[in-house]
Amino acid sequence: MSMELDVFVGNTTIIDEEVYQLWLDGHSVSDAVRMRLESDALSECEASGEVLHSDTMDQYRTFQMCERLLHCPSKLANQLLFQIPAHRQAMLIERYYEFDHTFAREVLGKKLSKGTKKDLDDISLKTGVALKSCRRQFDNFKRVFKVVEELKGPLVENVQHHFLLSDSLARDYAAVVFFANSRFETGKRKLQYLSFQDFAFCAGQLISYWTVGAVDNMMEDMDVDLEKEFLHDLKDLKVLVNDKDMLDQHKSLVCYQLKGKIKAFSEMEANFKNLSRALINIASKLTNTKDVRDLFIDLVEKFIEPCRSDKWTVGDLTLFLTHYTSTAHTLEMFRFQILWERYMGVIKSCILKMYHD
Amino acid sequence: MPGKLKAKIVAGRHLPVMDRASDLTDAFVEVKFGNTTFKTDVYPKSLNPQWNSEWFKFEVDDEDLQDEPLQITVLDHDTYSANDAIGKVYIDIDPLLSSEAATVISGWFPIYDTIHGIRGEINVLVKVELFNDLNRFRQSSCGVKFFCTTSIPRCYRAVMVHGFVEELVVNEDPEYQWIDRIRTPRASNEARQRLISLMSGELQRKIGLKVLEMGGNAVVGYLQCFDLEGESGLVVRAIGTACTLDKLSNTYTPATAINPCNSSPSKDIKDSPQAVPSALGCRSTHSSPVHSASSRLSQGFSVSVPTLLFAGMKHRHRSSDGPRARQCRAGFGEEAPGVPLSSGPPTPLRAQTFSSFSPSKSYSRQSSSSDTELSLTPKTARICLSPSSPTLQSKSSPIPTTKALRSTTPPPLHVSQSDTAMLRKSVSFSEDLLLAASGMGSGGSAGKEAGPLKALLRQQTQTALEQREFPFFTLTSFPPGFLLHVGGVVSARSVKLLDRIHNPALGNTRSYKLLDWNSFTADEPETRDAWWEEIRQEIKSHAKALGCHAVVGYSESTSICEEVCILSASGTAAILSSRFMQDSALDTEHRLSRQQASVFTSGAEKGEGDMGSTASLGFEDLMSPGCAFCHIPYDELNMPFPAQLTYCHCCRRYKVPDVLFTTIDLPTEANVTGKGCLIQARLCRTKKKAQGEGNATAISNLLPFLEYELHTQLMNKLKLRSMNALFGLRIQISVGENMLLGLASATGVYLTALPSPGGIQIAGKTPSDITYEQHISNMQKKINDTIAKNKELYEINPPDLVEEVIGSPIPEPRQRSRLFRSHSESSDEVSELDLSHGKKDAFVLEIDDTDAVEDIHSLLTDAPTPPGFYSCNTEIMPGIYNWTSALQMFTSVRVFRLSNVNLTNQGLNKVFNDLCENLLKSLYFKLRSMVPCCLCHVNFTVAVPEDELIQVAVTAVAMSFDKDQTQENGRQSIDKNLMKAITENEDQLQFPLELSAESSSNPLNSAKGLSEVSGPLPSARDRCSSWIEQLRLKAHTIRCGSIKTMSSLEKASPLPEGRSRSLRSNRSYAGSSVTVVKMTPLSFIPGTKIIKYLGIINMFFIRETTSLREEGGVSGFLHSFIAEVFAMVRAHVAALGGNAVVSYNMKECVFMENPNKNQAQCLINVSGDAVIFVRESELEATPPQPHSASAQTSSSGEGT
Repeated sequence: MSMELDVFVGNTTIIDEEVYQLWLDGHSVSDAVRMRLESDALSECEASGEVLHSDTMDQYRTFQMCERLLHCPSKLANQLLFQIPAHRQAMLIERYYEFDHTFAREVLGKKLSKGTKKDLDDISLKTGVALKSCRRQFDNFKRVFKVVEELKGPLVENVQHHFLLSDSLARDYAAVVFFANSRFETGKRKLQYLSFQDFAFCAGQLISYWTVGAVDNMMEDMDVDLEKEFLHDLKDLKVLVNDKDMLDQHKSLVCYQLKGKIKAFSEMEANFKNLSRALINIASKLTNTKDVRDLFIDLVEKFIEPCRSDKWTVGDLTLFLTHYTSTAHTLEMFRFQILWERYMGVIKSCILKMYHD
Repeated sequence: MPGKLKAKIVAGRHLPVMDRASDLTDAFVEVKFGNTTFKTDVYPKSLNPQWNSEWFKFEVDDEDLQDEPLQITVLDHDTYSANDAIGKVYIDIDPLLSSEAATVISGWFPIYDTIHGIRGEINVLVKVELFNDLNRFRQSSCGVKFFCTTSIPRCYRAVMVHGFVEELVVNEDPEYQWIDRIRTPRASNEARQRLISLMSGELQRKIGLKVLEMGGNAVVGYLQCFDLEGESGLVVRAIGTACTLDKLSNTYTPATAINPCNSSPSKDIKDSPQAVPSALGCRSTHSSPVHSASSRLSQGFSVSVPTLLFAGMKHRHRSSDGPRARQCRAGFGEEAPGVPLSSGPPTPLRAQTFSSFSPSKSYSRQSSSSDTELSLTPKTARICLSPSSPTLQSKSSPIPTTKALRSTTPPPLHVSQSDTAMLRKSVSFSEDLLLAASGMGSGGSAGKEAGPLKALLRQQTQTALEQREFPFFTLTSFPPGFLLHVGGVVSARSVKLLDRIHNPALGNTRSYKLLDWNSFTADEPETRDAWWEEIRQEIKSHAKALGCHAVVGYSESTSICEEVCILSASGTAAILSSRFMQDSALDTEHRLSRQQASVFTSGAEKGEGDMGSTASLGFEDLMSPGCAFCHIPYDELNMPFPAQLTYCHCCRRYKVPDVLFTTIDLPTEANVTGKGCLIQARLCRTKKKAQGEGNATAISNLLPFLEYELHTQLMNKLKLRSMNALFGLRIQISVGENMLLGLASATGVYLTALPSPGGIQIAGKTPSDITYEQHISNMQKKINDTIAKNKELYEINPPDLVEEVIGSPIPEPRQRSRLFRSHSESSDEVSELDLSHGKKDAFVLEIDDTDAVEDIHSLLTDAPTPPGFYSCNTEIMPGIYNWTSALQMFTSVRVFRLSNVNLTNQGLNKVFNDLCENLLKSLYFKLRSMVPCCLCHVNFTVAVPEDELIQVAVTAVAMSFDKDQTQENGRQSIDKNLMKAITENEDQLQFPLELSAESSSNPLNSAKGLSEVSGPLPSARDRCSSWIEQLRLKAHTIRCGSIKTMSSLEKASPLPEGRSRSLRSNRSYAGSSVTVVKMTPLSFIPGTKIIKYLGIINMFFIRETTSLREEGGVSGFLHSFIAEVFAMVRAHVAALGGNAVVSYNMKECVFMENPNKNQAQCLINVSGDAVIFVRESELEATPPQPHSASAQTSSSGEGT
C-alpha cells in the first residue's frame, strides 16, 4: 500500500520560505522533512511526518518547475504558468541568487569554466556548503557573467536590470563578475585572511573609479574592464619616486603633517621611501595583465605586511595615506594631480579595507 | 449567414528552441476555423517573434461560430523536412456572440502541446461581427448566456425561471478509432480535444435553442459532463436551468420603483385586475400581508378553502394518479391546521433502528410500508434497487426478487393512499377546529393567514410545474421567497451495460468503425436519452412521494468501469413559489417582472459575501421566515417514510422533521445555531471481478447496501456533531473492477428550527461479559465526550432549557396523541411511527456485529479540524460573515495503491478513510498561513482508475475571515452586526417571549423584530401593522436609493465604461506583468462586486507523456499539468478582459499511467464563469461609479 501520486496545486502558487531555503541549501526531501520535524516553528501545527513529506515534495516540485524561470528572472514576471504575487517573485529571485560568501570567496577570480565546476566538490568539502547548492551558486555566477559580460553601461545596473536583484546583491554580483573577468589572484596563502566582503569592496572601488564607465557614463563601453589608457598613464607617476628631490620633498611634507599625530611615526619616517616606492611601482606595472591580476597580492606583500610588522594602527594608516595623497598636490613639479587622485583614492580605500588580521 | 470572425496574430514569446543548431526557432502560425486556414509569414530565428499579421477573416454561419473553436497552431518552419508543430491554442468564440459578454478577445495564450505541455505564449486578437438572424428556423442560438453558477448570477435578476433543459450528443471516441493505431499520440489527443470542443459547442447551441423555445435568454447552473465510454463512444451531456435574466443595470424605473414584494397592498391591488381573472387574481392577493391580515378570520378561510380545494381535486382527478391525489390532499392539510408547505427529512431514527436489521429485512419492510422512494432513510436500499432493475430487465436477466418487489408494491399502495387521503381530510379539519377552540394556533400572524392563499398559489404552481416534463432546477440557492419548503433528498441510480445497448444493429464487430459514423449516430442518443429519462422520471416520482412538486439542487453523474455504467441523479424535493415560474398567461410574466424586481435586487445582493442587507432580510421575513423551508411539505399523517415530527422551534406553528438532508446550499434566510462543518461518509466494498451482465448484476446488488451504509454513517456523524441538518449533500459512487467506492459529503449545521438531536447510545448485545460491558461504556464515554467537544467547537448551544418550558403552551402531548389516533385510523404501517416516538433522544447503536463496531470506529477516527479552520462543501459557512478578500483555490489529487489484493471490507474501508482524512490534514497544513480560514465548497471526487488504485481529487477554496467582527467598517459591518445582534436576540429573547400570552404572534417578531423586543407588546393586530409600516418605510428608502442610482445611471453609460476601464488597466500591465486572475468554486468573491459576466469557460485538455520519469514521475507530471490547466484558464479569462473565474469546477480528472512503459496520460475538464469584479472599497471610493448594480447595493445598505 503506498501513495502513488500526491499533488497539491494552488491557483496562487504557495511558497513556504522555509522550505525554499532548505531547497536552495541543497537538502534532499528526506533531510528537509527531518529538519522541519525538528524545528519548533511547526510543532504547534502538530504536523506528522507524512504531512510534512507530502508538503515538502509539493514545494520541491514547484521550485524545480520554477527554476527554469528563475534562470531568466524577467520571465518570471510575464510567464503564465505560476501565479505568484510580485513581492513573492522578488523574494524567489533574490533568494535564488543569494550566495554563500565563503563559497564565493573560493571561486573569486577563478575562471567560471567547466574546469572550475569540477572542483566544486572540493570547495563543497572545504566550505561546508552542500554540493547542490555550490552548483546552483556557481551556475548563477556563470549565468550572470555570461549575460553581463558583453553588455554596455554600468555593471551593477546591468546586473540589477537583467536579474531583478536588490542593490546590494547586484553589487556583489558585479564584484564576482569583475573578478572573474580580470582574473585577480585571490587564492594565494597570504590573501587567505581576506574575506569576500573585503574583495567585493575593492571590486566596487575599482569598478567605480578605474573603469571606462567611471570617467564618462555616456561612454558606450563596458564596465567590466579597467580603462587601458588610465593604466598606461599610471607610468607617469614614477616621477614621484624616480625624482629624488620630489621624493624627499614629499617625505618631509608628509612627516611634517603627521608629526605627533601617529604612533608609528618613526617607523613611517624610516620606511617612507620604501612604502612610496611600493605604491608607485604597483601603479606603474598595471599595464601588464599579469600584474593587474597580482594587484592584491602586491598590495599585501609590498605595503600591508611591512606596515603590519611595524604595528601601524588603522588610524595611523588612514592619516598616512590621506596626507601621502594630499601632500603630493603641493609638490611644485608634480603635474599629474587628477591621475594621482584617481589612483590613490582607490588604493587608499582598498588598503584600509584590507588592513586587518 | 451571419458572422464574420476576425483574428490577428500579434506576437509570440518564450518559444521553445526548435533548431538545435542555432538555438532559435523559425516560427509561423496557422489560423484555422472550420475548413478555412490562414498562415502568417515565417518569423525567422527568434524565440520572441513579432508577426503582427493582417486580420484573417472567416465568413461563417453563426451555427459554426457556436460549434467550432478557433484553432491556432504555432509551427517551426523547416526547409527540408516537415514543419514541426510547437503547440496549439483553442479559443472558444462563444463569449463574443452574446452582446452582453466580451466584445474582443485579446491577450497572451499559452501555446499548448499535448505531449510537451505549455511551450511559450502567443498574443492573439479575435473579434466577431455578427449580423442579425431573424430566421425562425435557424439552428443557432447566439446570445443565450450560459452560467455555471448555480444561483442567479450576481449582476442579474431573474424575471422568470423556465425550468430544466437537457441535451446530449454522442460520437465515436477518436482514441478508439482504427486510425488511432497508425497515428501519433499527439494527433490522437488533438483529435480528441478538438472533437470534444466541437461537441460541447454543439451541445451548448442545442441547449440554447431549447432555451429560446421556452422564451428564456440564459441557462443558469449549466453542468456539462463527458462520459468516456471507451469502445462504445463518447457522450457529452449537459443539464441546466433556463431563465430569463435581466441585467440589473438595465432595470427600468418602474421595475425598481414598484414596491418590493408585497409590502404595499395598493400596488398589488392594482395588479390584480391586470392579472387574469379568477385564479390569477387570487394569487396576486396571496402575498399581500395586509390582505391576509384582514381576511384572517378563521371561518373565512375554512369556507373558501374547501371550494378551492375541490376545484383542485377535480382537476387532478382527471389525471387519476395516486400521488397526485395525495398531493392535493397535502395542500389541504396545510391550510387547515396551519401546517403549510412543510418539508420533511428522512428519518434518522429509523436508520439506527434499522442498523440492527439485516438489510434484506429492512427491505421487505419498506416495500410494505409505503411507496416512497427517498434516498435518505433506510428506504434507500429499495430506491436504488429499483433503478437498477430496469437495466436488468432489459438485459433479460432480472433479479427475481427485485422485480417482484417492484411489481407488487406500487399499485396497492396507491390505492391505500388515496383512501387515507380522504380520511385525513376530515381529520385535519377537526384538528383545525380543535386548535381554534383552544385559542392556540388561531391568533393570527400574517404568516399563518397566508396559509390558505399559499396553498392556492401552490396549486397553481403545481399546475405550472406539472405541465413540465421535469420540474427540475439545477440551482442550489434561490432568490428569497422562491424556495418555500424542502422535503428531503431524492436520488436514483441505474446500472447499465454499455455494450450491445449501444449499437444493436451493428453488433459487436469492429467493422462498423469503418462505416460512416453519422449514419447511425442518429438513433444513438436516443438510447442515452432514454436512460436519463428513466432516471429523471424516477426522481420526479420520488419528489411527488415527498409531497413536493419540484426538485432543486439537481445534478446527474456517471461512473464507468469497462462496460458497466452507473447513472446517478439526485436532488432535493421542494415546493417552490410560483413567483418566478412561467405560467401560461402572458400577463403573469408582466406581473412577475414588476413584483419581483426589487426582490431580486436584494436577492442578487444577498450573496455578496455576507448574509445580505437588512433590507432584504426584512422581506424575507415577511415571505419566508427563516424556518419556513424546514416545515414539512408532506402530510404528517401520511408520511412517505417514518419520521419524527415536532413543532418548529422557531415559529412553533408548523411541523418540522428531526433531521433534514438536502443537496442545496443553505438558504440565506435560514436560522442557524453555531457553525457548520464538513461531514463525510466513506465506504469501500469489495466486489468480485466479473464481466458483462454478471458484473452489472453484482453491482446493482451491492448498491443498495452501500447507499444504506453511507446514510447510516452520515447520520451517526451528524449526531456526533450534535447537528440536525445536512446541506449540499453529494453522494458519489464509483465503480472499479473489484470494488465499489462510496463517498458522501455534506455540510452539517444546526438548524434552529429543528429539534436538538439526541445523543448516541451504544448498546451491547451480549451483556453477560463484564469486559465487554466495560468496553462499551468506555466507548460510550468517548462518544459523549466527543459530542460535548463538538458542541463547543461549533458553538452549538441551543436553548435546551427553555425548550422544556416551552412545551407547555403548545399542547404537544395532546397533539401527538391525536396524531397517533389518526394513524391508527388510516393504516397500521404508520403506527410504527409512534414506536420511534417513544425513544425520542435515544439514538441507539447496537454493537452486535463487526459492521457496527466498524461504524463506531469510523465515527471516532475523524480528526477534528485544527484550530482556526472550518470546512464545508457549501458556498459559505453559516456563522461566518466577515470574509476578507484573501482566497486560495486549489486542487489536490492523490492516488493510492493497494498492494494487498485480498483486503477485507474493513481493511479497505480503513484505507479509504485514512486516505481522505490524511488528505484533509495535508490541506489544513498547507493552508495554515491563512488561518483563521474556512475551506469552502470542498469537492471530493473519487475514482477507481485501475484494479488496485484509488484516486481522490479535491478542489476547494480557502477563504480567510476576520476574527474580530467589530473591527470592520462600512455597510457590511453594519449588516453583520445587525445580523449578529439579531441572532443573539433570537437566542436570548425568542423563547422567553414565547412564554407570554401571545405566543402565537411571536414567531415573526422574535425572528427578526429587534425594535419590538424591547417595548411592551402591543396587540397582535397592532404589531402586524406596525411591522408592515416598518417594511414600507424600508421599502421607501430603498426605492429612493434606487432612483438615485437611476439618475446617476443615465449620466454615464455604464458598461462600456467598465469594460474600457478594465481593458485599459490590462493594457498598462501587459508589458510587464500578467493580470492576476482569481479563481474560486464559489459564485462570488468576498469584498468585491461582480460587474460583468464575460461568458462561460469550458475547457478540456489531454496531456500525455512518454518520458514519465524524466518529468518527475506521476506526481511531477500531474503537478505541472494541473498548473498548466490553471494557467490556460487564467489566460483565457484575462483575454476576455476578466479578472476572475467564479463557480470554477474541475469536473473530470482521468489519470492513467503505465510506469513500465514510462508513459502516462491525463484528461482534465474544467468549467467556470469568467467575470470582471471590482473591489467594494474601490466602488465606494468613486461615487459616480456608473454600475447601478453596485450602487444599488450600497444605497440600499445605507438606507437601512
